[in-house]
Amino acid sequence: MSGGANVPVAEQAGLPRTGEHGALSCGKALSFSKEARAELDRLLTRYPTKQAALLPTLWLAQKEWGWISREAVDAVASLLGLAPAFVWGVVTFYTMYNRAPVGKHLIQVCTSISCHLNGAEEVFHECKKRLGGLKTGETSKDGKYTVIEVECLAQCDKAPAVMVNDDDYAVITKDNLDAFLKGLG
Amino acid sequence: MSGLDTIPPVLLARLGKPDSRAIDGYVADGGYASWKNVLAGAKSGEWTPAKLTDMVKASGLRGRGGAGFPCGLKWTFVPTKEKRGEKPVYLLCNADESEPGTFKDRLLIEQDPHQILEGMMLASFALDVKHAYIYIRGEMVHGAEYLNAAIAEAHAKGFLGTDILGSGVDLTITVHRGAGAYICGEETALIESLEGKRGHPRIKPPFPAVSGVWGCPTVVNNVETLCCVKHIVDRGADWFKGVGRNEKNTGPKLYAVSGHVEKPGVYEAPIGIPWEQLLAMAGGVRGGRKLKAVIPGGSSAPMLTAAEIAGIPMDFDGIAAAKSMFGSAAIIVMDETTDIPKAVTNIAKFYAHESCGQCTPCREGTPWLLKMLRRIVNGEGKKTDLDLLLQISNQMGNGMTICVFADAAIAPVISGITKFRGEFEAYIEKSTKPGFETAASSDITAAIADRTAAGMHS
Repeated sequence: MSGGANVPVAEQAGLPRTGEHGALSCGKALSFSKEARAELDRLLTRYPTKQAALLPTLWLAQKEWGWISREAVDAVASLLGLAPAFVWGVVTFYTMYNRAPVGKHLIQVCTSISCHLNGAEEVFHECKKRLGGLKTGETSKDGKYTVIEVECLAQCDKAPAVMVNDDDYAVITKDNLDAFLKGLG
Repeated sequence: MSGLDTIPPVLLARLGKPDSRAIDGYVADGGYASWKNVLAGAKSGEWTPAKLTDMVKASGLRGRGGAGFPCGLKWTFVPTKEKRGEKPVYLLCNADESEPGTFKDRLLIEQDPHQILEGMMLASFALDVKHAYIYIRGEMVHGAEYLNAAIAEAHAKGFLGTDILGSGVDLTITVHRGAGAYICGEETALIESLEGKRGHPRIKPPFPAVSGVWGCPTVVNNVETLCCVKHIVDRGADWFKGVGRNEKNTGPKLYAVSGHVEKPGVYEAPIGIPWEQLLAMAGGVRGGRKLKAVIPGGSSAPMLTAAEIAGIPMDFDGIAAAKSMFGSAAIIVMDETTDIPKAVTNIAKFYAHESCGQCTPCREGTPWLLKMLRRIVNGEGKKTDLDLLLQISNQMGNGMTICVFADAAIAPVISGITKFRGEFEAYIEKSTKPGFETAASSDITAAIADRTAAGMHS
């Protein structure tokens, strides 16, 4: 393991570790776009409390900025009247909020039991290898690919299952891996 | 005719139809007829919430999410209007399917969302719910889109909103996306998550039916359960009761079969069909190989050997009698080539990653189990490891934690070691032999180390 066992994401991604509570900084203050604010106003009508809109608001933030930086946490916290530390605690609980920038294609390989029984680990390692020896969570130099391992995608009948950004891919094997990666562009 | 005779698909009847998600097709197939009927009957007094609840009770429907609790009985736990006062009642549709091996709800969500909505409408009527939520797991991005589109269609047709079709009934349905946390499928964790918090399960009691989301009475029902409600109202409680093995296991059931079978997929059959029949539906064991073990109800169910599952009725009580769990009917098939210690390690990896971290036995225990299992499959096992694994497991489970996650995590470890001990011992024997060189790294070990290094393991 060339990276060593305890290298934090910040150092791997080459980013300064400037955020409070371990959150990374994107280096500039962020505020939601007009469209996102309108969407948030619509969201708030759906819940009896402002706090209940936290997960959807974080989704909005991730859509706007690609990942959840310290500044994104601050923006969300102030909009919903929550403490940034609380918001960050929620962000870190869930796996789908990116805590560092990711590539254009976030390749998520499922390795849970049904995929495991169908050779998912091999697909996962081959995938990283063929993209230039990427480490898990590392983004390729051209900014195109990030490969991570995820737990069950509820596509066990299509094992090994892979998800790229919002899209599902079925039966990705060592044999069709090249075609699959090429298809992503 | 026996309740186990093959029936035409009910829950999956509309599968594969062109544009099965569109409301026009759904209505053309008789969809929303029950909803309209109930709304019309609500005014005349022909339909009351109590009547609908009684119907579901009489059908014998047991929750399809995993616990198998009688659905109608759960509904009766909601306090009456007099007792709850001004507090609204909430219905939460649990669409957070994420236990390894389980993928039946995804099919319903992606292919026939109106079926789920109609089930929710009927359940909402029975429970006096004005606002229902669908908590869908974050990974099902398109599923959430389809549900939102279906809700918009239902609104446009006047099946949702205020004073629906002049009945005086109001109902809104909101889709709420999770963000990647298995534990949020547990009902109280789901509630916490919906409130905008970390998904930490709550101590029960109070049960959600009394004090759930925002402190209000809340019913959490699985996607498939709610679909069953629609068909019970469509066809009557007696019809539902007539399908299935016995009066405690009634209705049609979706079986999600994966692993080493020829045709992995979701199969619908009367609940309680014999194991052999289900395996045949999935095309049998892949490549004509011999069956080694089956996990009958999602990764948290104790595994059964080929001999143990022979002839077992595939329902709540049939599998419980074989000392495992029917759960969500996620059947994971393992053929003779399966390396059980590696499979158990893989499942342990899942639970170590997904523990919410609230209770010490689970937070500390799940990674400990994983660490030891990794050591064994990595060729560095010690002779004392197996007994220690069992000892830790026993200290983690049996009510030591707030929710049953720890019990789920230890089931594959305990069943794997007790039923396939020889395979674990073979790994350990090899590694304790003098002159044995440690294997460079197993796939699993490398994957885990890699992920930990990348900080993905929160």
